Amino acid sequence: MDLIIPTLSQGLLWSILALGVYLTFRVLDIADLTVEGSFPLGAAAASACLVKGSDPFTAILVAAVAGMLAGIITGLLTTKLKIPALLAGILTMIALYSVNLHVMGKANLSLLQIDTVFTKFSFISDDRQLVTLIVGAAATLFLCLLCYWFFGTEIGAAIRATGFNPNMIRANGVNTDVTIVLGLLISNAFVAICGALVAQSNGFADVGMGVGTIVIGLASVIIGEVLFGTKCFWRCLVSVVLGSVVYRIVIALVLELGMPPNDLKLFTAILVAIALGLPLLQAKYKAKQWKEAAK
Amino acid sequence: MLDIVHIAKTFNPGTITEKIALVDVSLHLDDGDFVTVIGGNGAGKSTLMNSIAGTFPVDRGSISIDGEDITSWPEHRRAKYIGRVFQDPMMGTAAGMMIEENLAIASRRGKMPTLRWSAPESNRTKFRELLAPLKLGLEDRLESKVGLLSGGQRQALTLLMATMANPKLLLLDEHTAALDPKTAEKVLDITTKIVGERHLTTLMITHNMRDALRCGNRLIMMYDGKILIDVKGEEKKNLTVPDLLAMFEKAAGSELTSDSLLLS
Repeated sequence: MDLIIPTLSQGLLWSILALGVYLTFRVLDIADLTVEGSFPLGAAAASACLVKGSDPFTAILVAAVAGMLAGIITGLLTTKLKIPALLAGILTMIALYSVNLHVMGKANLSLLQIDTVFTKFSFISDDRQLVTLIVGAAATLFLCLLCYWFFGTEIGAAIRATGFNPNMIRANGVNTDVTIVLGLLISNAFVAICGALVAQSNGFADVGMGVGTIVIGLASVIIGEVLFGTKCFWRCLVSVVLGSVVYRIVIALVLELGMPPNDLKLFTAILVAIALGLPLLQAKYKAKQWKEAAK
Repeated sequence: MLDIVHIAKTFNPGTITEKIALVDVSLHLDDGDFVTVIGGNGAGKSTLMNSIAGTFPVDRGSISIDGEDITSWPEHRRAKYIGRVFQDPMMGTAAGMMIEENLAIASRRGKMPTLRWSAPESNRTKFRELLAPLKLGLEDRLESKVGLLSGGQRQALTLLMATMANPKLLLLDEHTAALDPKTAEKVLDITTKIVGERHLTTLMITHNMRDALRCGNRLIMMYDGKILIDVKGEEKKNLTVPDLLAMFEKAAGSELTSDSLLLS
């Protein structure tokens, strides 16, 4: 039972990544693989700053800006050079692998004995996990509110409309190249912030820590939507955060039941494949039932 | 008002799928003109419309509105002057957004979006007043998602959205073609009412000759990427479908079955 708080805190920390994935996958209607590069980029940028002795908040801000730049690059590749969004994301992701090594100077950067955002708030409690939970919850709440506000503004509405119907928003005088770049920028800023927080929570940044993050994000988004609904924008944001928490609970459970940790990514990928395919399978099943009933 | 001077457009030039869509089209519209456009499949009606809207660049010629050359403007920039309704009822609205959000976006057409709240409640009275004359009950459903509306309701809403920010030019691309006859009739009635009340300069493609004769003060017929017939005023008022077919045969110089004209 002492797993509860760590599981919750991991779920909340990673929900920032899930929010970023939600913004591209659902709001912009783009599957953006930049995530796999911008997550470790955020971790690398923040860690490099922290090692040089900068304030944890500054480090997170630097990570966010780095994530924005990554998003802009993918955005320009797909809008200005008309490279399909999926491929544009892959190109940025691959390029970022080298960039991340440059940022860290090596493949792995330890943050032990270094002041992080979590040690900053250690006055709250002696329990490190509880501090992580509180900081994670606060960060998630803040970013959710920011999201809700921004996507309710005129610019935010234009970005949402771009995802629903680019023809419509162009006919209403909005340059969709700009809204797509802007959407990718915000999404990757979120992902990089998540990377920065996870690195500080784990006590290290690693060049390989981005592998599979897109699938974790998608799993959280889909689990959240199925379990908690998508009635309005605020509800969607809350669903994604809760989806991330549920995902961590599921992972904790299967590990507890004895699944080897090496199989985690396989498990997550299968989970996402089933969740994505479920609507189609359900429709087919229903059609079959209907046919049989008609006989 | 609108000046189209010798424009031409060929799709996929130099390939096996090459299609000469517009050969050499010039057209001048006066302020308040309501022009109906007819012509068979591949006559170039939609290409003409999309050239004006800026969906793609033209190969030659120039397009200007009120003396301002917009030939090189991208689509979203031209939207400042041009309101559009598409044939596909799905095209003109954002299905996942509420009616009031769609209207709010349309009310700002051509303006730079800011960080102000997009759909403040203070808009609602105004939106209800705009929706009520449509008599579709939409004024009580401001918070419904547009995806829940029928094709006719969506087309009527798109029409309202296209006209609410006072465009200099309204482009209607067979906007009733995808609707059932009764709904099409209703949307067309709303169209003539809005255009008439606001004296909007309008270009309307239709596949229906009767509608083309009934609406507007001017009619053009396209054939093979050219404007073949252009009638206006009194002459148009007295025109009948047989007259139109006779004119077409004479102008095209060939005996053509009427359905190649009627069907599109």
